[in-house]
Amino acid sequence: MKIVQELFRDYRFTLGFIFLTALVALAFLSFLSPYDPVKWLQVPRDMPPSWPHILGTNSKGQDVFWEATFAIRNSLLIALIAASVSRIIAAVVGLIAGYKGGSVDQALMFLTDGILVLPLVMMLILVASIMKGQISLVGLGILLAFFGWPWDARTVRAQVLSLREQVFTQTAMLSGKGVLALVLGEYMPHISPLLLSTVLNNMTWSISSEITLAILGLSKLETPTLGTMLYWALRRQALLLGYWWWILTPVVLTLVLLVGLYFISVSLCEYLDPRTRAQRVTME
Amino acid sequence: MDDLEEENKRMKAKTLRTYLARRILQYIFVVFLGLSLVFFIPRLLPQDPIRAIIGQFQQHGAGLDTKTVETMVVTFQELFGLSGSLVEQYLTFWRRILTLDFGPSFFQFPTPVSELLRRFLPWTLGLMLTSTVVAWLIGNIIGGIAGYFSRSRWARLMDVLATVVRPMPHYVFGLVLLILFAYLWKVFPLGGGASIGKPLSFNIVSLLDVLRHSFLPILTLVILNGAVWYHQMRLLVQNVKNEDFVQYAKMGGVRTWCLVSQYVIRNAMLPQVTGLALSIGQIYSAAIIVEIVFSYPGLGTLLFEAISRADYNLIMGIAAISILTVSTLVLIVDLLYPLLDPRIRYR
Repeated sequence: MKIVQELFRDYRFTLGFIFLTALVALAFLSFLSPYDPVKWLQVPRDMPPSWPHILGTNSKGQDVFWEATFAIRNSLLIALIAASVSRIIAAVVGLIAGYKGGSVDQALMFLTDGILVLPLVMMLILVASIMKGQISLVGLGILLAFFGWPWDARTVRAQVLSLREQVFTQTAMLSGKGVLALVLGEYMPHISPLLLSTVLNNMTWSISSEITLAILGLSKLETPTLGTMLYWALRRQALLLGYWWWILTPVVLTLVLLVGLYFISVSLCEYLDPRTRAQRVTME
Repeated sequence: MDDLEEENKRMKAKTLRTYLARRILQYIFVVFLGLSLVFFIPRLLPQDPIRAIIGQFQQHGAGLDTKTVETMVVTFQELFGLSGSLVEQYLTFWRRILTLDFGPSFFQFPTPVSELLRRFLPWTLGLMLTSTVVAWLIGNIIGGIAGYFSRSRWARLMDVLATVVRPMPHYVFGLVLLILFAYLWKVFPLGGGASIGKPLSFNIVSLLDVLRHSFLPILTLVILNGAVWYHQMRLLVQNVKNEDFVQYAKMGGVRTWCLVSQYVIRNAMLPQVTGLALSIGQIYSAAIIVEIVFSYPGLGTLLFEAISRADYNLIMGIAAISILTVSTLVLIVDLLYPLLDPRIRYR
């Protein structure tokens, strides 16, 4: 309880929390939607915001508000899949590299650094442009996960390197604990908060990447996501025709979502970092 | 005494040599890994690029009998380097890379892909290098000063600004700038790299025209990337300024500005150079995306065209040249690093 109180003292955490809660609530509203998100021409087209279409309707004959609820749900889903799968890869690579050390470590870090400096968006585009429109939500999540782990694998490795030097590792080893039990039982508790704080950053990256792919017309365009909403609005010239409600909805939602995620992640990171924590305590 | 100095010098030369050898090895590895990925990804995927193109033809109403389709498949296989066994294809692929010959482009047939790349790459490089240098310098200088005077009001204001801007995706931020400054308030052009109909030449008018067209794309990149450098530098400086040598210098009466620039920022800058090397891939990706927003005539816009016309050779060519460009830039930054850090010693 005390932790939560301390976190909410940071304006960024409070704001981020409010933003995300609102968006998750919107995502859950999608289950109550009166419309099918994939079908066209269900409502009159190109209507500005008015009751009952509170955010207007688009040129495809869809209600922008209900479409947006699906978009947030799907974007969050992709981001969650990408983040959790890539966390697993990052944890495994980081743990092995940090624990084994030596040539295994060098080889893994060589690979990690190699992937890190590649222009990853190019790789994503290459895959997506050949799969053109065939990637499901889960598939997209896994594809993003495949490229999203190297940075955090380095972080995990650094942490394991310092854990390995500590006394409890020797105690555990001398008392006959197996490697797996040591890693899962003793190291994981230290590493999981680290992984958790990187989840949010990775979600931000995944959401931005999804938008990029969608704008290029490379994701499954009939599935509403924040990216595909933007794609259709731009494709149908909503900007030139003055249908601001259609284009602003995904733009504003994206910004709120990403700013919310970022605020929480920064504030969590500062909370977890012992140096800034000490600074905060002395300042008070 | 002389012996010791000699020994010292030799050690230094050795660490520098291992550093350079490691970096160059890494460079070769990255290029190999990246290009191999470019080769294997399309071949491991269930989708066939040739069928996709022929499908597109048929969609446009071209009635093709099976025999024509067969000949077309063979022709495209030749054209795309997709004929023969996997090993043969792989060798063809590397030959194409080494000669920088990616075959003809499909949507601007018969212009060779390498010709298109040569025309579009300078724009991307120009946009990316200018914005990166500006963003890196501005971000580090402001971040350094703000980190040193972190309690002051304007430093806190900068912090809030950077925190709000930083998470915005490049595409969306660019779009917002485009709407504000080109669509609503028409100070900048809606897109492109230079005014249409005027040939590019080296005079002031032409240069100003290019600058006017590049301003919003550069601004997008500078603000978003600068915010990242700002934050990192600020954190670094906050740690450096509490170190003993800074405290001593302060007590020794070193002037504040000299202290900030020579003692604090200079020391905090080194990790930022490493950071620059590591993030060039991301910066490049961002530049590609920003180009698409502003229809800037670089590789990003070319890629957009290539994707919408399913131009396989061109997509492969752009992917390959991107990997070469990015890893070469990383290598250059890595090679510059020893010049900045006199005590380089790497395990």
